[in-house]
Amino acid sequence: MMKWVFGLMLLLSVIFGLVTGNAAPLTESALNSCVEAVELFLYLIGGMCMWGGLMRIAEKAGLTTALAKIFRPLFKFLFPGLDPSSKAYGLICMNVAANVLGLGNAATPIGLNAMHELEIEGQKRGLDGTVASRHMIVFIVLNTASITLIPQTAATLRLKHGSLSPFDIFPAVIVTSVIALAAGLLVALIFNAADKRKAGA
Amino acid sequence: MNYTSYIIPVLIALMIAVGFVKKVDVFNEFIDGAGESLRVGIGILPALIALMTAIGMFKASGALEAITGLVAPAAEFIGFPPEALPLALIRPISGSGALATFETILTDVSPDSFAGRVASVMMGASETTFYTVAVYYGATKVTKTRHTIAACLTSDITAFIFSALTVNLFMS
Repeated sequence: MMKWVFGLMLLLSVIFGLVTGNAAPLTESALNSCVEAVELFLYLIGGMCMWGGLMRIAEKAGLTTALAKIFRPLFKFLFPGLDPSSKAYGLICMNVAANVLGLGNAATPIGLNAMHELEIEGQKRGLDGTVASRHMIVFIVLNTASITLIPQTAATLRLKHGSLSPFDIFPAVIVTSVIALAAGLLVALIFNAADKRKAGA
Repeated sequence: MNYTSYIIPVLIALMIAVGFVKKVDVFNEFIDGAGESLRVGIGILPALIALMTAIGMFKASGALEAITGLVAPAAEFIGFPPEALPLALIRPISGSGALATFETILTDVSPDSFAGRVASVMMGASETTFYTVAVYYGATKVTKTRHTIAACLTSDITAFIFSALTVNLFMS
């Protein structure tokens, strides 16, 4: 999948850019985007390590397990077959909690560690490491849907542009987020069930 | 209003306090955990460079704007404001791109107009799908993502359609 996204985007960009005479911005972007990627990496890595360190303390102190208990009923349904005492399960719970509270910078590093742990869980069950597991797919849907309680960026920018009621979008945002998340999870779970039946037959 | 400024310090204090109570060597465990995250992070960097280059060039070539122009009639047909379309197209691809596009939309139309509100709801109710998928799978050896994109894009498209529906429902 990623090879097509990557390859076709680059090819389309070059063809389109040259035909429409956008060669100069195209060149600039080709030379600068990789620098931006490294800047983003530097921006993220400090937080990743800081949260990785704090999470290790929380994990050793049993805090992750405590939080996992709160999410257990729901996540048992979303992640059937994943051991609730595993590292992956605890990290998934922490990631979702951070997302709900709007701590995006904290959620991403925890989420990446969770993916790493889900890979290890897959290896234990003898799965092919190059194929996404059903747990990984559901987890990614949870992260690509917005489950933030308060859309602060949107409200802040609305205020900046002179909105009379910058926060009046909240009910619409919450209803939209919940329905969008449910739709994504439904597709993921239906495909998961279909694949499982195919594999079981 | 800014409750998030309390959450992080309190969370850190809580972790350290519980660590002390449970007799955890908080410094050495922190260093161990941070080191592991650093190795995970370095593993992501090549994917990050590849995808940010592809996204950057796609935007610079003008292809994104062209696609917006093509999709505009269909959007108007389903009651989606054309002014908010560029945001729907960039939202799944680039977080900083979405922020820039959202800023432009609010400059062009009032934040309290229909298009301005729909854009605001979209901004609050969706995430940078492709970026998240790329970065998350980048932390693993996964190359076959199966139905990940299908499920995530279903969620995004649902969010875009319902942003227009809920703004109509709650704010008109």
